Amino acid sequence: MNDKDVQRREALGTDRRQEISLLERRALLKLGFAITGVFLGGSVLSLVSERRADAAGAPAIGGYPYNPHYTMVIRERHCIDCELCKEACVKTNGVPAYGYRTTILEKRRALEEGKFETTFMPVLCNHCNKPPCVRVCPTTATWKDKTTGIVGIYRPSLCIGCKTCMTACPYNARYFNEERRTIDKCDFCFASRLSKGEKTTACAAACPADVRVFGNLADPGDRVYRLLHAPETMIWVLRPETGAVPNVFYVNT
Amino acid sequence: MNTHLAGIFPRTGGLEARRSTTLTLTLAFLALLAVAGIVAGIHSLVVGHEHTFGVSRGVPWGILIATYVFFVVISTGLCIVSSIGHVFGFKEFMPIAKRAVFLSIVNISAGFLVIAFEIESSWRMVVGNVVGANLTSNIWWMGTLYGFYLVLMVVEFVMLQRGRHGLASACGLAVLLTGIAANSNLGAVFGLLNGQWFWQGPYMPIYFVTSAATSGAVAIIFYTVLAYKVNGWQMSEAMKQSLHSIAKLAVLMLAIIVFFTFWRTVAGVTGSAPGRHEALLSLLNGPYRFNFWAGEVLLGLVLPLALLLVTRGRNVNVLFVATIIAMVGMFFMRYDLVILGQLVPPYHGMGLVDYPEFYTYSPTLHEQLVVVGGAAFCGLFFLLGERFFRGHLVDSH
Repeated sequence: MNDKDVQRREALGTDRRQEISLLERRALLKLGFAITGVFLGGSVLSLVSERRADAAGAPAIGGYPYNPHYTMVIRERHCIDCELCKEACVKTNGVPAYGYRTTILEKRRALEEGKFETTFMPVLCNHCNKPPCVRVCPTTATWKDKTTGIVGIYRPSLCIGCKTCMTACPYNARYFNEERRTIDKCDFCFASRLSKGEKTTACAAACPADVRVFGNLADPGDRVYRLLHAPETMIWVLRPETGAVPNVFYVNT
Repeated sequence: MNTHLAGIFPRTGGLEARRSTTLTLTLAFLALLAVAGIVAGIHSLVVGHEHTFGVSRGVPWGILIATYVFFVVISTGLCIVSSIGHVFGFKEFMPIAKRAVFLSIVNISAGFLVIAFEIESSWRMVVGNVVGANLTSNIWWMGTLYGFYLVLMVVEFVMLQRGRHGLASACGLAVLLTGIAANSNLGAVFGLLNGQWFWQGPYMPIYFVTSAATSGAVAIIFYTVLAYKVNGWQMSEAMKQSLHSIAKLAVLMLAIIVFFTFWRTVAGVTGSAPGRHEALLSLLNGPYRFNFWAGEVLLGLVLPLALLLVTRGRNVNVLFVATIIAMVGMFFMRYDLVILGQLVPPYHGMGLVDYPEFYTYSPTLHEQLVVVGGAAFCGLFFLLGERFFRGHLVDSH
């Protein structure tokens, strides 16, 4: 095949489009726009945040959108890292050895002359009011319960294991459970205890130092409410800059 | 049925693919690698990523996500490049249009193949994406739009093969817009994650679409020259001119990526946004410095730009070398983007004891096999495409 042949054959594949009239082209372009407009319009929805709920680092009175508004208050300076909470969690919720729903981190702050102060920081899912993990789930396998505010994997059979929720979580609270083939995380022991009439989580019940206080922040008579509304209390949350509005509060009392 | 197929698979005309023992062995080898990748992928799904992949709780997305991004960004780019000619009517981009559309299908299929093994219960997608459709999720939009994109792209290709250029053009526009929407949503999968500061922001969707156009221009030059070299075809002047025009587009797009990379780096280093700052330092002068300076900067940007500029994009052999180098560099870009975004732990900088300041990740053999399998799948169907579609030139009408 010589050069001219090649050119002629290449031209065959492209020249016919010159025969399309301007009107025909316009009509077809309109069709193309109509089809894609639907997709494009829809994708804007993905920018809408999950649920509006107002609260900053410290809770504002009356700003609790759920009832019961399940919350955990961590009285951090009392934690002695005995890990009984972790054991109770594993036992109660069948957490495998490679995963955890809650853990304890160790903080060290330098004092004068080479001395250190050590505190232990229990961490778990913060059951955020604006949970980034929920927004990103493609199949709605996880959501924030409209009554309790608990973020859970309510339809594990729909979890595809894309792990986007793991990357979205500001607290590294999620892991993939290989046996159940779904993401697993703290559900404030809803499935294992609360739904069966228990009033508190396994970790809070197991803590000998009364570090973890679990309760309903929407109830002024509840201990978590009183702890978070007590005078001269320093209250903080982890990673407030992410805008997730967490429901695990740390106090210095 | 046969008549319909004959309209899609031309039996005469076009360019006759070379048939040699070497080429047959190459096809067999590529098929073997693809199968090995699939076997490794299936094994990892059965046994669990915990035991087979290098991903972890801290770094849940590994090299397979990077490879998926690599392939789908190329696919979108090939779609963009093909549309310049056969949707918008720029004559110089027409000779490559059919090949670009076909390879766009091949690349996105390779991407889907790879990600099917990274998504740990991927078979649930079929039901889950419909029953549980989450319209606030970028990954849902990305997956759904790319699903439509693949279907529309196949329709477009069939129309092109059957000489229905009007319908193919309309379809091409729909594919283009769907592809760009999908691609920008892929960027938004990363960019809309608050708390992952290396990714967070409007930069990602824009960067992804720009990267797609760059990848498309680079990839079509690479594939076209490779097709002609492998099959011993002589390139026509029209095709050479087309590659020259695409090379000019590639230079422009590479220059824009230089600009993006420069300002992302400066912004990351100057500001001290937690997460972004540490990740960028690890790129510039940390564990990822080789990836960045040798992979992203030298291979991905500087060398290809220099080669294209010095030869003014006219020397086909240099074009070939420049685009091979650029594609390797682009893989580094995708890899670094995906992995580095996860490496700064959430409680970084809080003075924690026995807590990593930086996560580590390295791909395991299973993951590497899937990546190689995906690339082999791409190579295999590229070669078969050249054979069955006779150099992507024929119009059966």
